[in-house]
Amino acid sequence: MALVNFIVFEILGEPALLVGMMALIGLAALKKPFSKIVSGTLKSVLGFVILGAGANVLVGSLNNLGPMIQQTFNIQGVIPTNEAIVALAQQTFGRETALIMGFGFIANLIYARLTPFKYVFLTGHHIFFMAALLSAVLGTAGMTGIPLIVVGALILGFVMVLFPAIGDPFMKKITGGDDIAIGHFGTTGYVAAGLVGKLVGDPEDSTEKMEFSDSLSFLKESVLSTMLTMIVIFFIISLAASEEVFREYAGDQSIFLFSLMQGITFAAGVSIILSGVRMIIGEIVPAFQGIAEKLVPDAKPALDCPVTFPYAPNAVIIGFLFSFLGGIIGMFFLGPIGLSLIIPGMVPHFFTGATAGVFGNATGGKKGAMLGGFVNGLLITFLPAMLLPVLGQLGFANTTFGDADFGVVGIVIGFIARLFA
Amino acid sequence: MKVLAVCGMGLGSSLILKMNIEKAMEEEGIKGTVEVRDLSSIQGERADFIFASEEIAAKIEHNAEVYSVKNMTDKKEIKEKILEASQRGEN
Repeated sequence: MALVNFIVFEILGEPALLVGMMALIGLAALKKPFSKIVSGTLKSVLGFVILGAGANVLVGSLNNLGPMIQQTFNIQGVIPTNEAIVALAQQTFGRETALIMGFGFIANLIYARLTPFKYVFLTGHHIFFMAALLSAVLGTAGMTGIPLIVVGALILGFVMVLFPAIGDPFMKKITGGDDIAIGHFGTTGYVAAGLVGKLVGDPEDSTEKMEFSDSLSFLKESVLSTMLTMIVIFFIISLAASEEVFREYAGDQSIFLFSLMQGITFAAGVSIILSGVRMIIGEIVPAFQGIAEKLVPDAKPALDCPVTFPYAPNAVIIGFLFSFLGGIIGMFFLGPIGLSLIIPGMVPHFFTGATAGVFGNATGGKKGAMLGGFVNGLLITFLPAMLLPVLGQLGFANTTFGDADFGVVGIVIGFIARLFA
Repeated sequence: MKVLAVCGMGLGSSLILKMNIEKAMEEEGIKGTVEVRDLSSIQGERADFIFASEEIAAKIEHNAEVYSVKNMTDKKEIKEKILEASQRGEN
């Protein structure tokens, strides 16, 4: 009895240990050597604690920017950054997130085994982010305890096969094969890009017949591009702010030094969070894949979006540029229709814009890549803004989920949950 | 031998690459460890070989030998490259 109490109240009560237990179960089920089980379990626990530490660093910078925008423009300013919002969500919904993720894996395997949606979703950080989103949305709608976890896991497992299935016809066209599916929660944007491409262009007119310099390739380095964007954003907001507001947050620092250090601090936070996420999913995903291969051997792996990049490197750049353009143009329409200001972030626009470019190119060539990227940019501007109200307390955090599917799933589930609450 | 699998974030594609490299090493009986990294954090890290997709590999400057992988889900390509790497490692 003491042991049961210990497991239920001590381990399950502490999200970090809960995550460790999931890694433990996965590794043990695969009959890994003892030393591997121990190191894998400990690493994922450590990763979870690192995640929290990174959130604290990042919030230091975010808590300057948000109020500055609020006081200057009288509007809530939000910079969508998955890592940031998820790390913050763990402070309230850590246990729910971990359990939804664990049971979500199982739900994915059950759907893959029983339905025609034969996909195994292997992008671990997105599973983790989606689990955090679902805990926040369902929690805000008033669900708690076991129902929240069961419903959350069933939905998580479902979207883990649904989005790869929706993206699959396009993936076949892109890869020219049938080996991999897209496993990334930006798929709404990619499919929109693919459909727009079909309408406007011709796949023969491919982006890959163009000559391009790769001077923008530094953007792939996500920590670096986060840092540069944040320095620029801080600089612009500081210039726009009144002297009084600026001094309140910057103290004696010059605009230049303040923007530089705040941008760097933000990126440092993201970098710490990423290394935490890496330690968690680095152990859990291979275990999940190992189990999936045994239970659903005919399932197709659904993989992270950069797997599409080598198929159309030019479309990657075009898609990103036009997505970013869509984000900037869309931003000016948010205020007038009463939504919060979504400031375009480099990282979501790069990764999802680029993938949208690849999808658009596959169906509509150059025009498809351009317009597809643009549509994706609009989607990841309006969806995050519309998502904020269903996130409850987290909706006031000055950051939110960046990619399109988080918006779609959050808004739909939030709406349905409210009907029943 | 120590191998780093690298991508832009060190989360998604590098992890797939790592799993496929590990599988190939196990099948070929090659001993060693594979770890994932993001592009920003490989400087100053000791490794024997680095594996990455073509566009990432082009940006890596490192003492270790860099192998660029066309298709990170192509087990055959990965197996050939890891075999080549392990033979060089012995010399």
